[in-house]
Amino acid sequence: MKYLEEYRNADLVHKILDEIHRITTRPWTIMEICGGQTHSILRHGLDQLLPPQITLVHGPGCPVCVTPLELIDKAIAIASRPEVIFCSYGDMLRVPGSEKDLFRVKAEGGDVRVVYSPLDAVKIAQQNPDRMVVFFAIGFETTAPPNAMAVYQAKQMGLENFAVLVSHVTVPPAIVAILESPYNQVQGFLAAGHVCTVMGYWEYEPLAERYHVPIVVTGFEPLDIARGVLKVIRQLEEGRAEVENAYARSVRREGNQAAQRIIREVFEPCDRNWRGIGLIPKSGYRLREPYAFYDAERRFADLHEIVTQESPLCIAGEVLQGHKKPPDCPAFGTTCTPRTPLGAPMVSAEGACAAYYRYGRHHPPSSQNPS
Amino acid sequence: MCLGVPGKIVEVWDNAFMRMGKVDFGGVTREVSLAYVPEAQVGDYVIVHVGFAISVLNEEEAQETLALLAEMGQLEEELGIGAEGGADEVPGGIP
Ligand code: SF4
Repeated sequence: MKYLEEYRNADLVHKILDEIHRITTRPWTIMEICGGQTHSILRHGLDQLLPPQITLVHGPGCPVCVTPLELIDKAIAIASRPEVIFCSYGDMLRVPGSEKDLFRVKAEGGDVRVVYSPLDAVKIAQQNPDRMVVFFAIGFETTAPPNAMAVYQAKQMGLENFAVLVSHVTVPPAIVAILESPYNQVQGFLAAGHVCTVMGYWEYEPLAERYHVPIVVTGFEPLDIARGVLKVIRQLEEGRAEVENAYARSVRREGNQAAQRIIREVFEPCDRNWRGIGLIPKSGYRLREPYAFYDAERRFADLHEIVTQESPLCIAGEVLQGHKKPPDCPAFGTTCTPRTPLGAPMVSAEGACAAYYRYGRHHPPSSQNPS
Repeated sequence: MCLGVPGKIVEVWDNAFMRMGKVDFGGVTREVSLAYVPEAQVGDYVIVHVGFAISVLNEEEAQETLALLAEMGQLEEELGIGAEGGADEVPGGIP
């Protein structure tokens, strides 16, 4: 497949890794923001091929992981109503709420449906005029344009039996929160290629300058990631802190204007709670007033009294901010496994705990046995 | 959800709301919205997320990235490392 195989070319990746080995003189800690990149790194063993001085820590870029518990519990309460058809991306179904997950709601007779695209949910609403269809609109900037389009289209069609439960988050405020944490160890970032495909990377330029931190826009294949790491290490070794684009086949500085237009039309920035991390100012989107009719939180306003209860064992917040790695969690691989997840990062296809479990990184890096 | 993979547009049409396309992901085809890539044509490669194309891949830039191979080869020559041999000897984790 074009644009895929050539970016998995092992010889080429090894050449870049050799160059990284050659230029690295000191310990450096780099964070990849995106959970998709975390999985690619572990799947291809890049973490084990880098010089031992380089530590990759994993960022908060897993939409399923950071969706706050109170919204999962709201989703569960809404999905349990007999008049509701609840539509969600598949990953959300097994994310533990305070008492149960959406999968359990489905098993108990709730009409919970997995959709591939938010437009599928709109279609279901059209086909079921006597039911209320609620779509769980989660995600980063990448899924914001599709989710915005679903709401926009529903309004154009005058669909009344459709609403979205919005839990949108955005990357730049999270980078600021990570850098301003007193526990921060991150010295350079791999920025998420597809978030930047939508938003561009101009927003990162003042951050690189203000915090003196290199930020390299990076794709998802082994070659892309190796190249992103090389560019960050080069900057760190030379004392530079700039934004570079290592994913130019998809990303332009200004991003995708058409996609940004619909985000601005439908959403506005708001403060957002990140699961395990807490409130980050202006780090999310909510529906603008003209689209408030489609806001499931308003349509189901009686749900506001939900009390949430997080597993006391889960250290997902520290994992998501790069302070700790999954094997540092006492529950990892014992009480918390993909079959019995205690926290969202063990569920999601983009969660760091699931990636460590799946690719056999069961011990902290110092004592890691290659498997 | 965020692992958008590249696919090739094999068909384009308009529905009541937007431009749509059929995209081939190495044998599996899906209907996707082309609302955010108005410039996309049949034969273009696009990155797709949850049913929407978010970018048309830029052939020139892709070639430039791959030309890195040559660039790195040159570098190795300068350093006196065998341009071909060296890389193969590194123990691998990459398939
Ligand atoms: S291993 Fe499980 S309990 Fe521990 S941080 Fe990850 S998701 Fe939470």
